[in-house]
Amino acid sequence: MKELISTEHLHFEYVRAEEENVLVLNDINISIHEGEFVAVLGHNGSGKSTLAKHFNAVLLPTGGKVLVDGIDTAQPDRVFDIRQKIGMVFQNPDNQIVATIVEEDVAFALENLGIEPAEIRKRVDDALKKVDMYEFKEHAPHQLSGGQKQRVAIAGIIAMRPECIVLDEPTAMLDPKGRREVLNTVMELNREHSTTIALITHYMDEAVHADRIIVVDHGDVVMTGTPREIFSQVDKMKELGLDVPQVTELCHRLKQEGLPVPDDVITEEECTAVLKQLLQ
Amino acid sequence: MLRDITIGQYFPGKSVIHRMDPRMKLILSLVYIVMLFCVGTEIGFLVPIVFLIVAIQISKIPMKMVLKGIKPILPLIIFTAVLNIFFVSGTPLVQWGFLTISLEGILVALKMVIRIIFLIMGTSLLTYTTSPIALTDAIEQLLKPLNKIKFPVHEMAMMMTIALRFIPTLIEETDKIMSAQKARGADMESGGLRQRIKAMIPILIPLFVSAFRRAEELALAMECRCYRGGEGRTRMRQLHYSRLDWYGAACMALCFAVVIVLNLFAPTLL
Repeated sequence: MKELISTEHLHFEYVRAEEENVLVLNDINISIHEGEFVAVLGHNGSGKSTLAKHFNAVLLPTGGKVLVDGIDTAQPDRVFDIRQKIGMVFQNPDNQIVATIVEEDVAFALENLGIEPAEIRKRVDDALKKVDMYEFKEHAPHQLSGGQKQRVAIAGIIAMRPECIVLDEPTAMLDPKGRREVLNTVMELNREHSTTIALITHYMDEAVHADRIIVVDHGDVVMTGTPREIFSQVDKMKELGLDVPQVTELCHRLKQEGLPVPDDVITEEECTAVLKQLLQ
Repeated sequence: MLRDITIGQYFPGKSVIHRMDPRMKLILSLVYIVMLFCVGTEIGFLVPIVFLIVAIQISKIPMKMVLKGIKPILPLIIFTAVLNIFFVSGTPLVQWGFLTISLEGILVALKMVIRIIFLIMGTSLLTYTTSPIALTDAIEQLLKPLNKIKFPVHEMAMMMTIALRFIPTLIEETDKIMSAQKARGADMESGGLRQRIKAMIPILIPLFVSAFRRAEELALAMECRCYRGGEGRTRMRQLHYSRLDWYGAACMALCFAVVIVLNLFAPTLL
């Protein structure tokens, strides 16, 4: 599969005038392939958001380089090409909605790209249908719930028809219902419309659904692998200050008690099956 | 509650006036104001008065709502009236010390009051029947020629849009901060004016901090959606003049003509 985003010896530090520079990312080499659903995990201050901001040239590396579909993000004249290819959704849905009407907001990026009005109309309706917000198209943003607002923000990005969507903790400010709505939308985009997804999160239950997980700690990539490979290393995750899904935790503790339970249980269905077997 | 405040005064509806192009409505409102000040005869005042009353009837906006717009400027109206009554010289009717009231004074005052009241009612009708976003679009379109003299038309419109977008958000936030400060024992209801203004500080500072943070995040989100100013930008919603707009313009032109004819031929009281 084609490499959509790749970083080569990516190094980033905040340059400060009077104090010492702060090293945030240190020699990161990762790649995200077309159609993949990648989750980036890490605790607060691990550098995961900083990493995400390199994917669409919001931040530029202080060392090494980032390639998006073969384009070096450091090329100033290609910035808008890159941003159109890699859409970005942020944490606070309120602070990314620009217009006073839902459909106007979804149209914002397309208007910026100078697309014909008729085509904008088509793409806006299409994007709103994909996130299941079509019937709200004439609402004002403040009449919507957090999850709905975040879905509008996602529609605003997918209307650009990007190849990849980077979501920087999109559910951190939402209630459980909103979180589920947003996660379902993201998964649907990945599975049904084969949009590449990079989900930055600290919710393990969300990361479970990814094809691949990248764990970042202190500016380094410390683990990569499938959710099953990552979460089965319960002790290592705890060392990094991260959790594992509740079902994995449960099985891990049962195992510590000497019960014959596998390590790589990550979904609730698997867990119930294992417990059923134990009880029989 | 702060949350109940409506933004702008838009009254959604489907009337002919609601459906007119916002640019035409804006232009006609300006023409209406000019007409109000062109009226020179007493009988001529009937034209703008009847015109507006008919327009309000067509728009199906309750007359009470339109009249409500006058309330805040009542002091200004009274002030203008009093000033005109006492300071316009002419045949004295009543003399009381150094104050004289003349017939001319009363007439001039009356004209001014009618003009101000109908000016306010006319512009209220515009904001009642046009959504803020349509109005912003109209202003951006109409001011476009000013781009040639480097006037930042697009930036102005963008600022208006963002302000309109964030007013409800910030109101909600103010509400939250007020509750939070009250929970910490802040007292906002008692004390004199000075004390109450002082009590606003713990509300305003967090509000400003949060507004700046929002601004920064919004700017980033806009950049990520390829925003680069007004150049090369298209709009999804295109404004179109329809037959309706030309009818409206024709009505206005006719009324204006009547006003001018009356100015030339109708007798005035004085």
